[in-house]
Formats: sequence, C-alpha cells, structure tokens
Amino acid sequence: MNTAQKITSKNHTSTQNPCKLCSPLGASLVIKGIRGAVPLLHGSQGCSTYIRRYLISHFKEPIDIASSNFGEDTAIFGGGMNLKIALENIIAQYQPELIGVATTCLSETIGDDVNMFIHKFLKQRDGQTTPPIVHMPTPSYSGTHMTGFHRGALEIVKALVTEQAGKRSHSVNIFPGMLSAEDLRYLKEILADFGLIPMMLPDYSQTMDGTPWAEYQKIPAGGTSVNQIRDASSAAASLQMGRVLNAEAESAGKYLRKTFGIPCHELGLPIGIKETDRLFAALQEITGKEMPQKYIEERGRLVDAYIDGHKYVNGVKAALYGEEDLVVGLASFLSEIGIVPVICASGGESGNLAVKLSDVMDKNIIEKCKILEGMDFKSIESEVAACPPDIFIGNSKGYSITRRIDIPLVRVGFPVHDRIGGQRILHVGYRGAQALFDRIANTVIEQRQDGSGIGYMYM
Amino acid sequence: MASTTHAEIADKRLLDGKDPERIKQEMLRDYPPKIARKRAKQIIINKVDKDKTVPEISSNVRTIPGLIGQRGCCYAGCKGVVLGPTRDIINITHGPIGCGFYSWLTRRNQTDASASPDGHNFMPYCFSTDMHEKEIVFGGEKKLKQAIQEAYDNFHPKAIAVFSTCPVGLIGDDVHAVSREMKEKLGINVFGFSCEGYKGVSQSAGHHIANNGIFTHVIGNDDTVREGEFKLNLLGEYNIGGDAFEIERIFEKCGITLVSTFSGNSSIDDFANAHTADLNLIMCHRSINYVAEMMEKKFGVPWIKVNFIGAQATAKSLRKIAQYFESPVLAEKVEAVIAEEMPDIEKELQLIRPRTMGKRAMMFVGGSRAHHYQELFTEMGMETLSAGYEFGHRDDYEGRRVLPDIKVDADSRNIEELDISPDPDRFRPRKSPEELKQLVEKGLTFSDYEGMMAEMKIGSMIIDDLTQHEADKLIETFKPDIFCAGIKEKYAVQKHGIPMKQLHSYDYGGPYAGFKGAINFYRDIERMVNSKIWGFLKAPWEKNPELSANYVFDE
Repeated sequence: MNTAQKITSKNHTSTQNPCKLCSPLGASLVIKGIRGAVPLLHGSQGCSTYIRRYLISHFKEPIDIASSNFGEDTAIFGGGMNLKIALENIIAQYQPELIGVATTCLSETIGDDVNMFIHKFLKQRDGQTTPPIVHMPTPSYSGTHMTGFHRGALEIVKALVTEQAGKRSHSVNIFPGMLSAEDLRYLKEILADFGLIPMMLPDYSQTMDGTPWAEYQKIPAGGTSVNQIRDASSAAASLQMGRVLNAEAESAGKYLRKTFGIPCHELGLPIGIKETDRLFAALQEITGKEMPQKYIEERGRLVDAYIDGHKYVNGVKAALYGEEDLVVGLASFLSEIGIVPVICASGGESGNLAVKLSDVMDKNIIEKCKILEGMDFKSIESEVAACPPDIFIGNSKGYSITRRIDIPLVRVGFPVHDRIGGQRILHVGYRGAQALFDRIANTVIEQRQDGSGIGYMYM
Repeated sequence: MASTTHAEIADKRLLDGKDPERIKQEMLRDYPPKIARKRAKQIIINKVDKDKTVPEISSNVRTIPGLIGQRGCCYAGCKGVVLGPTRDIINITHGPIGCGFYSWLTRRNQTDASASPDGHNFMPYCFSTDMHEKEIVFGGEKKLKQAIQEAYDNFHPKAIAVFSTCPVGLIGDDVHAVSREMKEKLGINVFGFSCEGYKGVSQSAGHHIANNGIFTHVIGNDDTVREGEFKLNLLGEYNIGGDAFEIERIFEKCGITLVSTFSGNSSIDDFANAHTADLNLIMCHRSINYVAEMMEKKFGVPWIKVNFIGAQATAKSLRKIAQYFESPVLAEKVEAVIAEEMPDIEKELQLIRPRTMGKRAMMFVGGSRAHHYQELFTEMGMETLSAGYEFGHRDDYEGRRVLPDIKVDADSRNIEELDISPDPDRFRPRKSPEELKQLVEKGLTFSDYEGMMAEMKIGSMIIDDLTQHEADKLIETFKPDIFCAGIKEKYAVQKHGIPMKQLHSYDYGGPYAGFKGAINFYRDIERMVNSKIWGFLKAPWEKNPELSANYVFDE
C-alpha cells in the first residue's frame, strides 16, 4: 500500500457541489450504445428530462429517453400499468431493437417489481414482435453514474448472452467504460488494425456523435446490435477497461468469463503509455500478431514528445477529479510525464480508488498525493487551499474553483458543457496521450507566457 | 359575393398553403386509437371569433408514458424555475444526488450580486443532502438538519429553502417540521417545499407550490415602504440572458420604482417587501399568477398582464403602467422614453426586414414564451405557423375567461390552493372601486390574460405538450425557417437542416426583452434564418438522385 494521504470522509455531512452524477444517467448512456435501442426510465418524467438535457449539453446530439411518467397515484399504487403503456408506445413508435428499463429512486423506493412487470408484459404480447426488454436496477441513492453505467452493461450481457456460441477467433468483446465518442472510434480502429471484430458495449461513437440526417432517423444510426451482443459468448477474449471496475465483484467481462469461459483481460483505462502498452500487449496475446507499424510510430512520436516537452511539464502540480477510473488513468499518464497529481478526487465511493492509484504510480509520486474518495468540490477546494496545484484536469464542474483561484482548467471526461467538442476529446491510446500531452503542456506554457512581463514569443 | 366569402374563409384556414386539419390527422394516424383520441384534443386548429372566443384545448393533462415529450417535473418547476434565480437563498435539495446536480446553475439566470449589501450569491452552488440507501430506509431528517446547519455555518445566509425530491414524500420525511425547527434554532428564515417530482403533471405543479411557499414564508415579512412614486413588482421574469437588466434600465429611465422581481435578479429582501408595491405586473402568467392573486386578496395590490418581449409590446406595457398610475408626469416620461428608444428599433428593422419578411417560425416553450416571442417575429415580418406550451393550462391558451370552466382533475387537486383573506392591518386597496371602473372604461384590463390563441392566426396549429413525433411531423411538413424550443429539441431539429433557437437559455445570447433586447433578437434571428451553413449539408458528390435524399433545407 502507498503512503499517500487518503481522505474518505468529508468533514461535512451534506454535499456541496457534487463530483458525481446519478445512476440512471450511466445506464441511459449504455443503452444509447446499442443499435436501435431506446432507454426508458421508470419513474417521474423529470428524471428522463434532466438526464436528456444533461447528456445533450455534452454530446450536442438528439437523445430520446422515454419515461413511464409516474403521477402521484402511480407513486402510491405502483408503476406496473405505466410501464406497460410506456413499453407499448415505445414499441409502436420506434420499433426498437431493444428497450432498456432503468429504474429511478422513485420506483426503487416504492419497491416496484420491474422484472415481474416485464415478464407479464412479454406474456401478454405473445405473437407480436417484441424486442428484448432489459431491466437495470439503478436507484440514484446508491453509487454514482458509473454504478449505473457498469450495471447497465452487466444486465445487458446477462439478459442477451444466454447461449454458448461457437468460437470465433477474430471476435473480441470490449467493455471500454465511459469514454468519449472519439475514444470509442479510435479503439475500434485499433482493434480493426489487429484484424479483430469487436463487440463493443456500449458503442455510442455514432449514436452520440452523428452526422446530419439526409433522411429522418427515429433512432440515430450506429451502436452495437443485439445479435452482436448475443454472440459475445463466441469471442476469443474480453477486454474490460477500468481498474476500479475490475475490482468489483461483478462486471460484464467477469460474467462472461464465469459463464462462458471467455478470458477477460482486465485493463486500466488506456491513458498514457504504460496503460496503452498493456492494451496492445493484450491484443498481441489474443491475436498472436505483431504490433502494427502505425502504432509503433504513434508510440514513438509520443515518447519523442514526452522528451521534448519534459522541461515544461516536469514538476507541475495538478488536481485531478472525475470518475474513479478516469482519475486512475489520468494519474498513470501524468506520473509518466513528470506531473505530480497532488489531488486525486472522485465522487465515487468504491473504496478502491487509493489502492488502484498506488498500482499505477511510483511510490515517490504517490507520496505527494492526496486521494479524496466520495468527495464533493467543497472538499476538493479545501484541499486545494492546503496544497495549491498549478492546473486542474477534469470536467467542466471544476470551473467554479479554477475561476476563484485563477488557475487553468484542462477539460477532459464528462460533462464538458462549457466548451465545444466534449464528445470528441481523445483520451485513450498513444494518440489520446499525445493529444492530452500537447494540451496540458501548452496550457502550462501559455500560463508562463502570460505571467511574464516581457512578452516572450519564443517559449 | 357569397362564394367569395367562402373562398376567403377556405383560404384563411389554409396554413402555409396546406390544410392544417389534414396534417393533424396525419400526425394522429401513427398513434394507437386511444392515444390519438387524447392527442386530438391537444392539437387544435385555431379559430378566433369576433368576441375572441377560441376553441377549447386540452392542456395541463398527463403526458402519456412512452411518448417523448418536453416536460420536466414538479421539483424542476419549484426549485429550478421559481426559486432558483434568487441569489441570496441557499437552496438545499433533499434527495439523492441527481436532481440537485441537474439543476445546478443550468438555466443561465443572471443576477447582480453587487446590488445586495452582503454580496451574497449562492446560485453557482449546488447543495444536496445526497441521500443514500441508509436515509431511504431509516429516514433523512437527521441528515437534512445537518445539511441546513452546515449551510448556515459556512455562509450565514438570510434564508435557506429545502426542496423535496421523489423519495422524500414516500419515506415520510417532514421537510416542513425540520425547517420550522431549524428556523427557530438558527434565527433565520428556513422553509420547505413538498415538490416531489411525481406531483402534478409537469413543472407547473412546482410553480404553484413555489408560489404558495414564497407567499406564506416570505412576502409581507418587511413592511418598510420605499421611496418612489410609482412602485411595482414584476412577476414571472427570470432574467435569462439579462432580460431583467434591460427591463430595469427602462423602468429607471421612466422613473418607475421596481420593488421586487419574481425572481430574476432577485433578493429575498425584495420578496419580503413586495406587498408594499402598488401594482403587480405579470410577465409569465403560468408560473406566477398565484402570487399575484394572493397579494391582491391579502394586501389589495391589483395586477395587470404585461409583456416586455417585443418593442411594440414593451411600449404598450409601459403605457399600461402609466395609465394605471394616472400620472401625467409618468405618462409624459413613458412617451419620451418610447420616442427615444423607437428610432433604433425602426432603423434595425429596416435593415433586417428584407431578409426576414415572410419567413415562418414555430415555437414550443414554457407557459408564456411561446406566446410572447410571436411579438418579436411579427415585428420582423415573420409568421408563426404553429405554437404550443410545454406546461400551460387552458387559461394560458384560451384566456382567463375559461377559468370557471376548467375541470380540476385529481393531479391538480393535490396541489394545495391557499385560502387567503384580507390582512386585518395591511390590506389596502390601491384603487377604489370607482377608480378601477374608470380605468377599465379607459381600456385597462385588470386580473386578465387573453391567452395565446386569440392573438394567433386562424388556421395555425396550436399543440399542447408537443411530442417528438409531432415535432418531426411539423418539420417535415412545413420545413419552417426557424424552430424554437429548448436544448432537448435543439439537435434533432438541426439534424433536419432547420435553424433552431433555444428560447429557454437563448443559446447563450440575449437579452431579448425590452428595446435593446428586441434589437439583439432581430439580429440573431436574421443571422440564423439566412445562415449559409446549411449549404454544406449536401456534399459535392451527392449528385445522383437515386443515391442521395434531399435535406429538408434545400427542398
């Protein structure tokens, strides 16, 4: 274990400026990564409206999320009838290929038996075309949006992957975690370059970052199809990204390993060289192929850039915050380039953040870190006052602090709703590390340049 | 002669050269019969009789589960809309984390904290009890008390408000009892709202609950009478994009004293003092008419409906104020201000009108905006083909004359109506019955709103609680030059190749109210409807008609 200072309880009870979102948001995003799928939130219509407007403000794409529209009587007598009507209407209007039913605090608090409702509904539909309907228990009062995200992927796999399919050596399952649309596109490119056909869950690279419509699309094109997911039991291996996720007792990759014997490569989010090297090692192991020249060059250019830019970034102190796995990935990357992540904070409460950080950072660096688990921005701000960083790296919600203390914010992760292109930020792989490295180094350079009274044009 | 009249009538019923009734039927055709019947009552082809009677429109009714709509919840209306823009109340969301997070400074209300002596501005903060499973099982009152205590210890605010989310009512937490207890303990104003998301059919229920709470706990707490001859409150103006600042500028120029605004650029101190004003102006009728009515009953302050969206509407509203105060000095001042502001408006309209004339708009927002913004489009020579509210009631569409006929259903009955009687000491009618009668005879209307439909063209399509399906149908059929709604609709509309203006957040533009705001709006809309960006939608290689479909914009 490390000697980092780990802080797991706020010195206040309530939450002020939260560093997490709620569970149904994560589940909705997973459903948006399945072809022809419609998310349905079982609860008040406010949940679906809030989550839509929030995802839309980041992705800047149309996102339909249906609701079972609880009223006061529904809250008292249960939501069975509302769920049935909602399912019927979604099927009639969208002819979806899958409906994901994520619960909310409301339906969870009253104890709706959603599985029973779905079972009854399917029985009543006999003969009519009915898509798979997958229930995801995602009460907002337990965990964060990442809980809902991973639970969503697990429930999809459990519901759809029911039979052992014949082995296909070119197929690979990939559970990438909550990444940007650009990240997902790049990961697919990498897998294709290894000759692999991926079953990516979720794959919202197109549904959440699409093109204009020449023809009207009820459900935006793209996403992994139900049949592809069903065939997950035929894959040569699974890639599951996220060290904190991998520490969970249950996950989609683990389920497939346990049930169908699919080997699961438990990787971190591939941010920075070390974590990306592990991804490529896994791909080489799965395929037995040599490293493609393209990536040898990408890695080479990245190392070259690390060397060139070292004088600018070395010793810079950063505060990182966001989802636990994103923080672990970023910390791994930053410690490679000589930036000290003096604050590593997350609203997540898995209890594994500090352990996983110690796995990716050298002892001499992690000794300088303060690790904040289950924290809000108020706690982050008080730590910032005690050990001021030079830059913030995280989502848009850190802006209120960086504005007050007047330091730069390098925007990554989710949500980014005060800049354009949040869905196109590349974090992963050698190319993602290159993009992050350039952005961070230039931010540091710009700060020094602006802070100089001389007006250097040559830095 | 007779046949000409028939032809005229027939012609009037056409909407943009199309038969609106047929389009309505096409919209409904895709729904199962039961839903089609329900939606048929919410999609109305406008008719306006000589006495301004309009057809009945079903509204403020539940959204059908599974239809993707625009509406938010009761909590959103209470916390997000009405109380959110007040800078010096700490708003604590009692519930799991999502609701607080999603309503954390997302509506882009502006405020001028320097206007308050203490400089308090809590709008950039999100306070939540962040309920976990433990509280759901064992109750969250203890955590709520602690949250109130912490908010007090950290910021020493003048007031703290508590907003309930869905689980709160179900697990039986009494936010009102906790608020009372903490009010006593801390010696500041602490009050709670039972605005659980499942209440009512839309955010409208939350507005009503917010009105009741603010009336019960704040209005009338401070009897200081301010200086100023013409004192009024502006109700239902939320200072999106700085609208309230522009209206304040105009009032100041006219010598009008603004006691309080509910709730754009507002302070709780102003709310407390609001009952000392002599007139209430209502902008957004839907969200705030309850406070106006209660203030009239309890304190004798009359209200009139105004609209500061549109230059002509602004001028008209200012004249109404002058008429009410019956002061030649004010009337003269108002005319001078209008005369000073109008030349810029005319100049701008001359520039943009050739490029906006005859363009067609649609708007589906809020409980007033879909009506008010038609003024601006009319000034630009643009026609509104179709409009509707997200959470309006029949009176917002058809006018308050239908109030006695509105059937109160179970969803609305559950929202408390406060029983208000005149304050024994402070009820003071601002005008005698004779004076009121004289003013009415001179054309001023009190306590009335004519609604949206009476001002819209015959044949236009009025659609309540628009669904995604109906929006798509409207766009495909009419290919409007601009579509106005909120961020949830924005990107779907743009995918069709149609410019889309957000009328909730103004697409980060504004102000659009008052005179200067009108000019901003003309310019923004002119740029949007004439943008060349849509020309790129079709790539040079998309030449073969068999291989490529047309984008809506180039048809």
